[in-house]
Amino acid sequence: MMLDGNAIGGLLHEVFGTEMTDAEATCATCGAVGPLAETVVYLRGPGTVVRCRNCSGVLMVISQIHGVNCVDVGGLTALDPRRAG
Amino acid sequence: MARTAVRGRLTWQVATVTSVAEETDSVRTIGLEVPGWPGHRAGQHLDVRLTAEDGYTAERSYSVATADGEPVAITVERLDDGEVSPYLTADLRAGDELELRGPIGRWFVWDTSDGGPLLLVAGGSGVVPLRAILRHRQRSGSDVPLRLLYSSRTLADVIYHRELDQYRDGAQVIYTLTRSQPPGWTGYSGRVDAAMLAQIAWPASQHPLAFVCGPTRFVETVAEQLVAVGYPPGRVKTERFGGT
Repeated sequence: MMLDGNAIGGLLHEVFGTEMTDAEATCATCGAVGPLAETVVYLRGPGTVVRCRNCSGVLMVISQIHGVNCVDVGGLTALDPRRAG
Repeated sequence: MARTAVRGRLTWQVATVTSVAEETDSVRTIGLEVPGWPGHRAGQHLDVRLTAEDGYTAERSYSVATADGEPVAITVERLDDGEVSPYLTADLRAGDELELRGPIGRWFVWDTSDGGPLLLVAGGSGVVPLRAILRHRQRSGSDVPLRLLYSSRTLADVIYHRELDQYRDGAQVIYTLTRSQPPGWTGYSGRVDAAMLAQIAWPASQHPLAFVCGPTRFVETVAEQLVAVGYPPGRVKTERFGGT
């Protein structure tokens, strides 16, 4: 199912310990910068796949193995959570 | 002490259903009492988790349907082949308990200080977080001009119809019905397209802020068209849902 980063707001909070939908992600493939909320997200696969809306490059993969979240952020060159307003 | 453990930590907690109200044949609003709820902002959502007797769990996200300061409520559309929505829309009763976590989201959120004019575009139950924005605008006494374009299959599928018809004072609700229109229908017909948006959307020169929520295809079409008429991508906030 193809959604966007809003749909994994809860999971991102669980993984990073803070609200992340407005965190700015920089794509390692094309350099596009945008909020995680606007990324392309595939749910309910073996893992949650987050892709760049500009180039479709994989930004991040989150998989749960025996209840532990494993996070691959190899497709990001930067991820900046904004300061809580 | 769990509740005071770490501030800002998102934890699963048990809420109690205070009310259920049918909105349409397949949509209902569920009022919730959530102990220690920190308050929410218009546009945010929460996650619901159902656990079967064998331990299998299913999680889904639902937009909060109410404004900041109002009791928490979610509006859920029944998807017949869904895992979670049939239970929420058919079996759940006032007094039942429901596991949830929230509020979640800081991007698809509108505060009065964000200004406008506001263009809200809803496809089906994508109207839920936009209704929260409408209510927040109303309750806060904001005079930001607002237009909601709401695409629905039929008139009977329009959620919050009576409430939406009552907005005045700079808040305008415009409907388009895609599948069938009742006799004498004076609203729009058919899917949201460039021509419809050209009539309804604030000109880009007014620096509008747009919120678009609906099924993935709907959101992408509308967002692309708004960007094509000059809305900066950062001023077009989108939220896609799809569901089971």
